[in-house]
Amino acid sequence: MKKRSLIPILYIAFLMLPIYWLVAMSFKTTQEILGGFSLFPQTFTLDNYRVIFTDPTWYWGYINSIIYVSLNTVISVCVALPAAYAFSRYRFLGDKQLFFWLLTNRMAPAAVFALPFFQLYSSVGLFDTHLAVALAHCLFNIPLAVWILEGFMGGVPKELDETAYVDGYSFPRFFVTIFLPTIKAGVGVAAFFCFMFSWVELLLAKTLTAVAAKPIAATMTKTASSAGYELGLLAAAGTLTIIPGAIVIYFVRNYIAKGFALGRV
Amino acid sequence: MKTENPKAWFFVLPVLLLVAFNALVPIMTVVNYSVQETFGNNVFFWQGLDWFEQILRSDRFHAALGRQFLFTFLILIIEVPLGIIIALSMPRQGFWVPICLVTMALPMLIPWNVVGAMWNIFTLPDIGLLGYLMNHTLGINYDMTQNPFAAWVTIITMDVWHWTSLVVLLSYAGLVSIPDAYYQAAKIDGASPWKVFRYIQLPKMKTVLTIAILLRFMDSFNIYTEPFVLTGGGPGNSTTLLSIDLVKIALGQFDLGPAAAMSLIYFAITLLVSWLFYTLMTKDDEQ
Repeated sequence: MKKRSLIPILYIAFLMLPIYWLVAMSFKTTQEILGGFSLFPQTFTLDNYRVIFTDPTWYWGYINSIIYVSLNTVISVCVALPAAYAFSRYRFLGDKQLFFWLLTNRMAPAAVFALPFFQLYSSVGLFDTHLAVALAHCLFNIPLAVWILEGFMGGVPKELDETAYVDGYSFPRFFVTIFLPTIKAGVGVAAFFCFMFSWVELLLAKTLTAVAAKPIAATMTKTASSAGYELGLLAAAGTLTIIPGAIVIYFVRNYIAKGFALGRV
Repeated sequence: MKTENPKAWFFVLPVLLLVAFNALVPIMTVVNYSVQETFGNNVFFWQGLDWFEQILRSDRFHAALGRQFLFTFLILIIEVPLGIIIALSMPRQGFWVPICLVTMALPMLIPWNVVGAMWNIFTLPDIGLLGYLMNHTLGINYDMTQNPFAAWVTIITMDVWHWTSLVVLLSYAGLVSIPDAYYQAAKIDGASPWKVFRYIQLPKMKTVLTIAILLRFMDSFNIYTEPFVLTGGGPGNSTTLLSIDLVKIALGQFDLGPAAAMSLIYFAITLLVSWLFYTLMTKDDEQ
């Protein structure tokens, strides 16, 4: 083993320690947690998980989160695809300004938008629906999706489009049967980023929901403050929020390095 | 070359409508609040630019802004070099590459309040792993609910834990795109590792590093959930960053006018600094 591989190993160990502690906590009983320090769960218990899987307020939190995150990913990628194509292939009035304006929305602090969002979505009657959260997350996910897809599309030579048109393909047929398969890695990466940012965001999701579409992360916050010291339960809920992310990363692992460069290396 | 095509606007229209709905209406609401005073019941009085003046002169805002810049500065100065070092020492190919990438990306996919809660559990003085090690094994008095310095060290460490991987993955993407021939040429010339880094690797990483620094700046400057869950802005006001202060004013005290004025100033600062970073880092390309 080379000496320099020590650095990534140490770094990964540092990353895993808090995660290990969360997972270990989730298998402990409340008495054990409050009773003192133990490196491994002494009385291994699945009770915390049992509570989550049998109590509808808990497991519906997960279902709600998954619904609005998936909805957001589909909306963001679908509307970003034609826009990214336009940005990568054509020049049109105000294209550069529009692109920059889209990116500035990525810079707006969510705290700034929380209250106006609440009023806006209440006034159009979408408050406490999955669609409201999915649409609100479009604010920062669509610009990102456009940015990523534009990067990937820029790497596809224009001759591909021209040859297809010469061969008599209509634009929709060319886009779906030829162009999309060519940039499928880009679509995967864009979908991954949309999923990621919608999954981890809480402030807007919490502001726009009350009961029916409440995300899991908000259920956790409420438990943390109301039930006092149910640390085991909190840890179990936290552990379960890591799993969807881990599954999604596993699927895009081969594109992840390129994807993080937004196709612009 | 791109062709001129005004019809391309139709392709952009759905994006424009969706983002405009989300961006313009709320921003106009904020602007509207920022120039008015209300005592509830939807009765508003014209206030002009008084709120802006009040915010810009208030010590509370200066203090929060100062803490915010300190936080973001520390984050950038730690995470960017650390990320580059880790990316340089990662394997370029083979069995370990996907394992490294997946484990490193993991913290970024954990919901932000869970990150806060996880670090809370991790650092509890007597029952958290880090808290126990510090207090009982190393004998360092560590309690972030009492000690502002400990609170700062903890939120910085948490952010390094959470986001250094973004810099690592971006730099790594830049590094793997360098053809082997470059390294062979450097070897023939007898270049030192520092020279290889300075003249081959760093220039190749420039685009992705620009993205990394911009993203890290924007996100650390706008950070809210993680420090709020971990410290709640305390002890005292020692970790009350801009967003936390903003939410306190807007939702805690329900001072909508000052909060709206503060939001706009905040957004303007973010835009201005992002633009400065962007121009500085892309300046050489245009020459």
